[in-house]
Amino acid sequence: MFDGYTSSELMSIFAMQGFAGLSLFSVFVLMALGLAIIFGQMGVINMAHGEFMILGAYTTYLTSGFFQSYLPSLFGGYFFVAMVLAFLICAALGAFVEWLMIRRLYHRPLDTLLATWGLSLIMQQAYRSIFGAREVGVDLPEWMMGAIQVTDLVELPINGLFVMIIALSIAVGVYFLMYRSGYGKKVRAVVQNRPMAEAVGINSAGIDRATFALGCGIAGVAGAAFTMIGSTGPSSGQAYIVDTFLVVVFGGAQSLIGTIVSAFGISQAQSTMEFFLSGSMAKVLTLLVVVGILMLRPEGLMALKVRR
Amino acid sequence: MKSSSPLKWFATREGLYYVALAVLLVVLLPLALDPFRLNMVGKYLTYAFVAIGLVMCWGKAGILSLGQGVFFGLGGYCMAMFLKLEASTPEATAIQSTPGIPDFMDWNQLTELPWFWEPFHSFSFTLLAVIGVPVLLAFVIGFAMFTRRVGGVYFAIITQAIAAILTILIIGQQGYTGGVNGITDLQTLNGWDIRTDEARTILYFVCVGMLFLCLFVARLVQNRKLGRILVAMNAQENRVRFSGYDVAAFKIFVFCLAAAFAGVGGAMFTLIVGFMSPSFIGIVASIEMVIFCALGGRLSILGAVYGALLVNAAKSGFSESFPELWPFAMGALFIGVVLAFPNGLAGLYQTYVMPLEDKIFKRNKGAQLEAKPAEKAAEPKPTAEKTSDYDPMIDSYSPEKS
Repeated sequence: MFDGYTSSELMSIFAMQGFAGLSLFSVFVLMALGLAIIFGQMGVINMAHGEFMILGAYTTYLTSGFFQSYLPSLFGGYFFVAMVLAFLICAALGAFVEWLMIRRLYHRPLDTLLATWGLSLIMQQAYRSIFGAREVGVDLPEWMMGAIQVTDLVELPINGLFVMIIALSIAVGVYFLMYRSGYGKKVRAVVQNRPMAEAVGINSAGIDRATFALGCGIAGVAGAAFTMIGSTGPSSGQAYIVDTFLVVVFGGAQSLIGTIVSAFGISQAQSTMEFFLSGSMAKVLTLLVVVGILMLRPEGLMALKVRR
Repeated sequence: MKSSSPLKWFATREGLYYVALAVLLVVLLPLALDPFRLNMVGKYLTYAFVAIGLVMCWGKAGILSLGQGVFFGLGGYCMAMFLKLEASTPEATAIQSTPGIPDFMDWNQLTELPWFWEPFHSFSFTLLAVIGVPVLLAFVIGFAMFTRRVGGVYFAIITQAIAAILTILIIGQQGYTGGVNGITDLQTLNGWDIRTDEARTILYFVCVGMLFLCLFVARLVQNRKLGRILVAMNAQENRVRFSGYDVAAFKIFVFCLAAAFAGVGGAMFTLIVGFMSPSFIGIVASIEMVIFCALGGRLSILGAVYGALLVNAAKSGFSESFPELWPFAMGALFIGVVLAFPNGLAGLYQTYVMPLEDKIFKRNKGAQLEAKPAEKAAEPKPTAEKTSDYDPMIDSYSPEKS
């Protein structure tokens, strides 16, 4: 499949596709981080995660509209306001959902899957009724347009770079929260041994709710970042959800590093192959390889070793 | 509930539930509905095959597969390939640049039939493949996963990914599979036109017959030791393993069984509806199949049939009059079934209707045949909630499973 390309052309192709893969990587990381901390903490898969992301995207869309009509002078900075709003709204909704249904289903993870799927159907239809079935996009502020010319053949769009920076800063933030804070210590204690954590006085139900809200909030930020590189429709979230599940499972459910590594691997493989094969075949091959590896190594790339 | 003569079994309580379903499907619905509606009921019934498989696989054995659409689709595509080849005779396709191959291949500049289409000229091979292909795939997946003790949420996600892979593959390989439109314009089965009203009515009855066959196979499995081991595995997998049973083998078996049911359902779907497309395979379709089973009652094979009928009838009804409300109703159904009544309609039936029945049964001791009209009278909606089978295990469903 490499026939007919010179080596320098191949290098540029890999660099360009690699960068295209990095935007995909950013979306995967942002979505997968939220999913991974929820799954790692509670063993619950949130099928409505994509819809939380879209909620963040619509929040950004509304915020940009608000800034355009009322505060045009501050338009350059609306994105940061939108990001905070998206986080808060999604986290609040997440906490509410946890209180309403998830906490009743902790012993039945498979049922949680179905209940959150039902939630995702409702949220999708709500978006369709409120915002219409058409995809909406936001206007990028001036400074985010354009691209940086690296070499003759390679140029990097600024909005892609920006999204990547957000993804990495959130990943670092989550790392510090999980490994360097009191809250993180409690979360890890509950993950490793719930009864013992409760025995030493950790309020595991409170930790559960906070973690679920945090995961949903990060999904909201993911949605805000997503608007910078693509348009948002009621069912955009569903397009990413299977890939994101695979990223989480492939990385090893309770390992944040594993999640990032697997997001990187999957997105790079997919985008590099996309150049040489058709888009659908690239996706099929990537998913097949991931499923194949998971069949051989079900615990994922980097499994947390816990005594059960 | 074992009785010496099969005829006597029909007069037992469990037998009467089956008789009631048979009366509903064979007598009442064909009398009450015109051929178009009956054909739609036939379509709903093909989903009941999948739901029965899910009862065995998810309800009993605790293996949630979110990829049953894959097996349904494979069965359906096998049948569709046979019918398409029969419809693409060189005479009928003379205007194509390559006569004798299906029309979508010609549109995609294929000049000869791909090798994997060749065997589907034979009807007997097709019948074999309708069950064989799904079972083979289920075996490969099951063998790889269950021998490594993968289960629960992981298994659900991987089956979901497989559903996604197959859908993308079929849509992407338009020349070989018909792409997003699927395989359409199917006309005859061994020379017999399947598009007439008469043929569709006959196919409906064939479908009901196959459904009862599957029901009896499932009943056979659930009432033996095999069925008990499946249930035990769901509740306490390690205890079953330490008792000396090969847990993986049982799981592979029940997953393959569910795949076989789904394959048969898919083939019947193709025959009844007259086409097959990737939209019946994908993630959304596959999860919807789980709700048929969950609504009917995840432990009741008869409940699964009613669940499939009800959800699909509601879907058609809503989609005709309030299309924007259906996703809300569906979402509420998922949440409601899981949170409020995890045993579905069968569970409700057992809690509320069975005690009434018990009284009636006691009053009419020795005259069981009278119990049937009485059973009808005991409930307000005859087609809706007559849902349960005699299953001593149903109330032992424990949410505390892995």
